[in-house]
Amino acid sequence: MSAPTAVLFDVPGPRARARNTAAGAVTLVVVAALVGVVIWRMAATGQLDARVWEWVLYENVQLAILDGLVNTLRAFASGAVLALILGALLALGRLSDHRWLASVSGGVVELFRAVPLVVLMFLFYYGLPSAGITVSTYVAVVLGLMLYNGAVLAEVFRAGVLAVPRGQSEAAYALGLRKSGVMRFVLLPQAVRSMLPAIISQLVVLLKDTALGFLITYPELLFQAQFLGSNATLGSPLIPVALVVAAIYITLCLLLSALATWIERRSRRNPAALAVAPAGRLDDA
Amino acid sequence: MDVLFGNLGEYLGRFGGTIGLFVVSAIVSLILGVVLAAMRVSPVPAMRATGTVYVTLLRNTPLTLVLFFFALGFTKLFFYLPFFLLAVIGLSLYTAAFVCEVVRGGISTVPEGQAEAARALGLGFTQILTLVVLPQAVRSVMPPLTSVQIALLKNTTVAAGFSVFEAGGFYRAVNERGGSTLVALLWVALGFVVLVLPLSVLQRRLEKRWSVAR
Repeated sequence: MSAPTAVLFDVPGPRARARNTAAGAVTLVVVAALVGVVIWRMAATGQLDARVWEWVLYENVQLAILDGLVNTLRAFASGAVLALILGALLALGRLSDHRWLASVSGGVVELFRAVPLVVLMFLFYYGLPSAGITVSTYVAVVLGLMLYNGAVLAEVFRAGVLAVPRGQSEAAYALGLRKSGVMRFVLLPQAVRSMLPAIISQLVVLLKDTALGFLITYPELLFQAQFLGSNATLGSPLIPVALVVAAIYITLCLLLSALATWIERRSRRNPAALAVAPAGRLDDA
Repeated sequence: MDVLFGNLGEYLGRFGGTIGLFVVSAIVSLILGVVLAAMRVSPVPAMRATGTVYVTLLRNTPLTLVLFFFALGFTKLFFYLPFFLLAVIGLSLYTAAFVCEVVRGGISTVPEGQAEAARALGLGFTQILTLVVLPQAVRSVMPPLTSVQIALLKNTTVAAGFSVFEAGGFYRAVNERGGSTLVALLWVALGFVVLVLPLSVLQRRLEKRWSVAR
């Protein structure tokens, strides 16, 4: 990481070093002040009192949070598997030689990338009942995750396949493989390998997006957080619960990201997977 | 059609709210993101660490949780602010982390010789960044930056889960008047497609035009 950025400045001389130390000190003071204000306000509003942290010790509360975590992971797991499948199908469709199939898949991808995930979930949960179809919150969340992330993953897969050097598919055709064989045995394995980091970072997005289920009352982590946080007998510990839940989410996402970094580093060592920078446009926010 | 034309004022007003929220948050997040990116490549270790911690924390927290905190927790801790401002703060803080990463990626695409030449001319870090590197990074940064801003535009709907002024809440207003929720939501979805598609097209055009080899 330091290689490309260290180019931006010289090795500091005595004056630059003094200036950098001063700037560092100012940064530390500002950060400490910000953190300090938050802690001071938390103390002043009683968020650090033992009373609002007591819930951590209650078994029922622990179980409720665990329950929320399980629901989050459940939505994540089914959403991820379905999105990967849908993404692969849409990418194959978009790469197809049949015009109509390619344009239909392209249309589907563009549509679901453009509609906000929240609106999709609202559609399934609040909208479908007026058409006489009722689905559970779980189904609504998973459907939304599948359609949106499937569309984004389709673009990732497609970019990966397009980034495989042309000679690969030409050589495969020359060997007498058919279209499906070229795709299955030659293009996809290389594409998946080079896109694995991008795929996993999209899965991190998917994991974070499960929290949107909160908005349609799917009982995942954040929903449990609000439920516990508004519980008066526990002292309405909204902020403490939110902090704990934030820590859980960050840990989960970091674990997934660490996996992505590990795979990236491993494949970089391997010259076969070299080249092909992920060229896809990722909606990673 | 009735659902749309019977509530046209409501519909347009809410999309106005969405666009307002988007524009303000986009500007704030761009400024904050560029500052963070500069911090992350600066010669001062404390600044680099601050930038890294900020980006790591915010990128790995669901936006819903960030807005959850600002919608429900902020007033408890600090003071009253109207929800529009709280949503702007939450969306900007969240998006800035992504803007920072995009800008930092763009900085590393500028050939090293540029910064080296600038150093040889005697420019300092701030001058190298603002006069030489960032202007050249704009070209490679624009397409991914557009995707981040498209994501922000869609993310404004998350704010609708906590309040009512925004397009995502249109269905509730329709529902109260006895209209079909499904149709209302389909109109909202269409509204977003109409808003997002021009941005996507613009992005693709920028990508094509600016991906010319140096």
